[in-house]
Amino acid sequence: MKKQARLVLEDGTVFTGKSFGAQGESLGEVVFNTGITGYQEVLSDPSYCGQIVTMTYPLIGNYGINRDDFETMRPFVHGFVVREHCEVHSNWRSEQTVDSLLKEYNIPGIEEVDTRKLTRIIRQHGTLKGLITTSDEPVESLLEKLKAPLMEDQVARVSTKNMFAAPGRGSKIVLVDFGAKYGILRELIKRGCDVIVVPYNVTADEIRRIRPDGIMLSNGPGDPKNVPKAIRMIQEILGEYPLFGICLGHQLLALACGADTHKMKFGHRGGNHPVKELATGRTYITSQNHGYAVSKESLTDTDLEISHIALNDGTVEGLTHKKYPAFSVQYHPEAAPGPYDSDYLFDRFLEQVAKFTKEEKNYAATR
Amino acid sequence: MPRLDNIKKILVIGSGPIVIGQAAEFDYAGTQACQALKEEGFEVILVNSNPATIMTDTNMADKVYIEPLTKGFLARIIRQEKPDGLLATLGGQTGLNLAMELHEAGILEEENVTLLGTNLEAIKKAEDREQFRALMQEIGEPVPPSDIIHTVEEALAFAEEIGYPIIVRPAYTLGGTGGGIASNEEELREIVASGLKYSPIHQCLVEKSIAGFKEIEYEVMRDANDNAIVVCNMENVDPVGIHTGDSIVVAPSQTLSDREYHMLRSASLKIIRALNIQGGCNVQLALDPDSFQYYVIEVNPRVSRSSALASKATGYPIAKMAAKIAVGYTLDELKNPVTQQTYACFEPTLDYIVTKIPRWPFDKFTSANRKLGTQMKATGEVMAIGRTFEESLHKAVRSLEIGLHSLDLPEAKELSQEELERRLIKADDERLFLVMEGLRRGITEQKIHEWTKIDSFFLAKFKNIVRFETEMAEAAKEGALSSDMLRQAKRMGFTDRRIAEVTGIPVADIEAKRKEAGIVPVYKMVDTCAAEFEAATPYYYSTYEEEDERVDSGKPRVIVLGSGPIRIGQGIEFDYSTVHAVWALKEMGYEAVIINNNPETVSTDFSTSDRLYFEPLYIEDVLHIIEKEKPEGVIVQFGGQTAINLAAGLEKAGVKILGTDLASIDAAEDREKFEKLLRSLDIAQPPGQTVTSIEAAVEAAASLGYPVLVRPSYVLGGRAMEIVYNEQELLTYMREAVKVNPEHPVLVDTYLMGAEVEVDAISDGENVLIPGIMEHIERAGVHSGDSIAVYPTQTISQSLKDELVDMTTRIARGLHIKGLLNIQFVIHKNKAYVLEVNPRSSRTVPFLSKITNIPMANIATKVILGATIPELGYEPGYQKETEHVSVKVPVFSFAKLRRVDTTLGPEMKSTGEVMGRDKTLAKALYKGLLASGMSIPTHGSLLVTIADKDKEEAKDLIKGFNRLGFKLLATEGTAKFLEAEGMRVTRVRKVNEASPNMLDIIRKGEASFVINTLTKGKTPERDGFRIRRESVENGVVCLTSLDTARALLKVLEAITFTAESMPGFEAPQSKEAYVHG
Repeated sequence: MKKQARLVLEDGTVFTGKSFGAQGESLGEVVFNTGITGYQEVLSDPSYCGQIVTMTYPLIGNYGINRDDFETMRPFVHGFVVREHCEVHSNWRSEQTVDSLLKEYNIPGIEEVDTRKLTRIIRQHGTLKGLITTSDEPVESLLEKLKAPLMEDQVARVSTKNMFAAPGRGSKIVLVDFGAKYGILRELIKRGCDVIVVPYNVTADEIRRIRPDGIMLSNGPGDPKNVPKAIRMIQEILGEYPLFGICLGHQLLALACGADTHKMKFGHRGGNHPVKELATGRTYITSQNHGYAVSKESLTDTDLEISHIALNDGTVEGLTHKKYPAFSVQYHPEAAPGPYDSDYLFDRFLEQVAKFTKEEKNYAATR
Repeated sequence: MPRLDNIKKILVIGSGPIVIGQAAEFDYAGTQACQALKEEGFEVILVNSNPATIMTDTNMADKVYIEPLTKGFLARIIRQEKPDGLLATLGGQTGLNLAMELHEAGILEEENVTLLGTNLEAIKKAEDREQFRALMQEIGEPVPPSDIIHTVEEALAFAEEIGYPIIVRPAYTLGGTGGGIASNEEELREIVASGLKYSPIHQCLVEKSIAGFKEIEYEVMRDANDNAIVVCNMENVDPVGIHTGDSIVVAPSQTLSDREYHMLRSASLKIIRALNIQGGCNVQLALDPDSFQYYVIEVNPRVSRSSALASKATGYPIAKMAAKIAVGYTLDELKNPVTQQTYACFEPTLDYIVTKIPRWPFDKFTSANRKLGTQMKATGEVMAIGRTFEESLHKAVRSLEIGLHSLDLPEAKELSQEELERRLIKADDERLFLVMEGLRRGITEQKIHEWTKIDSFFLAKFKNIVRFETEMAEAAKEGALSSDMLRQAKRMGFTDRRIAEVTGIPVADIEAKRKEAGIVPVYKMVDTCAAEFEAATPYYYSTYEEEDERVDSGKPRVIVLGSGPIRIGQGIEFDYSTVHAVWALKEMGYEAVIINNNPETVSTDFSTSDRLYFEPLYIEDVLHIIEKEKPEGVIVQFGGQTAINLAAGLEKAGVKILGTDLASIDAAEDREKFEKLLRSLDIAQPPGQTVTSIEAAVEAAASLGYPVLVRPSYVLGGRAMEIVYNEQELLTYMREAVKVNPEHPVLVDTYLMGAEVEVDAISDGENVLIPGIMEHIERAGVHSGDSIAVYPTQTISQSLKDELVDMTTRIARGLHIKGLLNIQFVIHKNKAYVLEVNPRSSRTVPFLSKITNIPMANIATKVILGATIPELGYEPGYQKETEHVSVKVPVFSFAKLRRVDTTLGPEMKSTGEVMGRDKTLAKALYKGLLASGMSIPTHGSLLVTIADKDKEEAKDLIKGFNRLGFKLLATEGTAKFLEAEGMRVTRVRKVNEASPNMLDIIRKGEASFVINTLTKGKTPERDGFRIRRESVENGVVCLTSLDTARALLKVLEAITFTAESMPGFEAPQSKEAYVHG
């Protein structure tokens, strides 16, 4: 018999279900992801650090967990809520169940929850704090616990502590790791880049010392305003190197250029979000995972212009710098999980890098 | 991009009659397209030969043509209407082929008609095997390696290179005759040798076999601005090797990781971009279960059965969006009609599991080859939605209406282990249940996987059902069936009845215990977005969870029960009536609620009703909805026998049945009650008896006199019905075709030879409105659904007509009918006898509504809710007949069903119908026969094999063909007879004689028509059978009823100019003539 578990939301809603993964208690911001596949990538995406994730698709674990599809070394979610955890997993690459993975990393999960009801609550009230527990503690005291503020140091927790290299023979790219998914690294390596991954608190000078051809600002968890040092770093090097920001990296670029960000009601999380590229009028289906967004109005007096918008709610999904070779997108061109439709952005970045390098060389030659 | 402004008038081509492989899904697609185009202000001209469709209603388009879907008729319509655009991608393969023909004949160019949507070049590239392969190679998408070979050596060389197994497909043989899968050299030699022999051009295609791969489909859309999306992906539970139309399919895919999902998604999008698709498209892929290797199987550059399924599975209306794309819109400027706030350019996400199960016709065609393979055999399908796989599967099974409410097929228990293994390896229609039986017997999932190649995910889920049944049984034994367990059972989709069965606890107790514990279903919405956005669609499914999302408007509401999956005997006609009932309810200010489970239909389009419940038409599920909805009542008379069969259960539960009540339904269906009623009304019916033993049957037949019509009393719709001509045949029938005992009586009726007449009427209890009387071309004895119906009648005298009207009125009153009724009469020796009364909407309602312009289902609905016929502005009685003659011609799918005898009889065999309408009967018949797919050459040869009993009758008929210049071919017996009648006949050899015999003649296309009548009764007559099958397989018209042949002759006479020599001079015979001359 499976142990009972509860999911308690700060508004007092209690879901009773069955425990899977680790037992115990875990608190976080409750968010939903609408992807049908990709739970392994979601679990291991550092951007979910501090969050309890519910999957809207009711069967989770059908194809198991394999050793290849992790987006980082380990899962970072603070809890996992599903309608049904499939004990039987079937796929040629599958090595273990979601249950055993969560146990290995001491992450509690709860199944047999009306996840659609939960999703509707989040949609109506916005993201809520919540807690998964296998204890019998009364709801009142659990609600008391939920009054504690959410963590703000997620980036420090998930970023690499030391620089490391993923050597290649192509352009030298510094990847600032705010909680980077392997997907970004994979895309750069696929294109032959010589990648140096640096911690989130890297300084502009440290970057200069590497003499990169371009800089990539990664995705990451939480509020971009929680990493002010990175904003200053970006301000310093902007214009010195071509720059490409993804997700949190995109928000940080915006903040660095004087724009503002805000927290969204319940964010965008899933693999089916349409984004319109304003220059071409083309719409792309994108993979997204963000709870914050760049405020449109705040861009007015900056050097940034909107390159992409979300088709459905019109929020900012992409920015281009008017003067410098810098651009960013709010969504995930590296996919994993989600569609590969936007991987051309990596090509675009590397084209910019190549052009910039050439121009710089020409400039040096004329000097 | 806004809509094209150079286009004002658009011609839409429908898909014609329902045949296997092309069913109601195109009515759904066409209806959506017409609505979408009208919404945009275009003038819509529609052409379709199928009168049973919603799309051919005059309010669906500005002008509707129900004419044959041939190049000739299309060209005529185009010249007459001068449309600017042609939309052909919503009319199935029929629509595409016609567009191609019109283009090739230069008609589109000549009349300046633009083909909208996907262009012809793209269609050609997708459809032409070679062009498609070349394109795939060009864009680097893998297709299974293949080669065209002419010798065994070439085949071996190919195998050397590719490896086994290899599929061999002989060129130009029907149904893959002579082909097969070779897994080693020996088999390959054998199969190729036979394949080369069968192929008329001595050529075979050899291809790497990917049987056993996962079969995955993507429904994709693309617009002119290159925006491309995936609406839905689906996984076949049955791996590659079984046609997707015959496979159990789930949406979304269950066993694909994100990488695999997106790898195949990317491939699909790449393909539709390379093809330059503008609209909807279906991509079928095969994925190796053990690697990332995949192959592109096929692309359909149009909406399809799968897209209808995807639309219902996701809520995303593909056909509607495809129509808008065709007129220039792009996906990002179209709103998602479900949320009405987000855009159509997104990918729906599901938060439930959808299961589709095909519905096969093998209950009707017991002799058919039930093996499943690459040729689709299903006539229809059901879909079910659940929050667990088990729930979804259970719901789908009980939607099928095959007498099962669980995954337990009792007959499977009888199978020997060997038989079970054999049938698991070679899949047939019952494989799902045999897998369950295997698991129940303890055969390991591993073993079953080896035999079936079904993914272990699905097998584990199946096993879970078996395991849980055992657990429940054990718990019950210990008296410990907890409410937790009950909740779990309901979450897995078990019915109360099944729980009762496995636990031995009475079903009432289970229900009471469940309700006490508060275990009742909730209704969740299908909203395309997994609740991320608020949705406006009233599209629901049941499940056992916490939150119910149904919004109550407080308005009075009425539930209409749909008709479930399309099957032989219950086709799209019933969906037509259901939809009209819903519309009528809305007109009257009621909230119209519909329950149905057929994903192909218009009735399950969420924009049809005020609320759609996509649920099994099973009593428990229906009652649950009624509990929630608390309707004014339920209408059961539009959903065919499906809905009628639920009436008793509903009434028992205290539900109000609107319209004709249960007692009246019963009086029409129960033979004894019905006889009593007719006697009291002094209305004749063929004399008959009910017997419960073989001896009694013999006695009864002797006293009634042969021939007699025999049928079991417990099945409806002509199943197992036969005409027997002597005692020998009767005994064979009683012993082999039915089981007779006191519980299962058999009806023995006098078979009255004569014309069959059919009447549809609406009664408000007092006034009876009779829109029309139809006469059948084929005499009684051929199922009414397989007969050509003619309106108005051609041979019925006015006095007899008056009598039919009077009888109909009295029966309607006598049965207290409120709503529709259908009566079949036989006219024997100028007297009318009642054969059957159906207290419900019939197959002919759409046909009759269209030709008489009396909206029968609409009027009936209003009557059911209390209006009287005069109040609705109609005069009771027989309505004035129209000047045009209309015929309804049945269409069969015999080519798809091997080993099925094509001879017409009391059992229905047709899958669809077409209509022909013109000023004379001959012209109407010509159109009808042409529309039904018959080729009507005006010269050639007629091959006749006539039974002795029919020879006298056939004489003049054959003479008629001869007179038109048809050469007569006949075997010895028939030839002698015809020669004695003064005809010139070429003798041909019998089937069992040396080649070239009759079969060779048919095969070589040397006979334009074949007339073959059954030797006697239904004794297996192998020669006749082979002649009929050979004709079907070679596309030769084979007529088994002299009545049909006579109709054809009438047509030929009308369209043929006879060449006659001038009469010679003769002496004047009268004085006047002399004077005058």
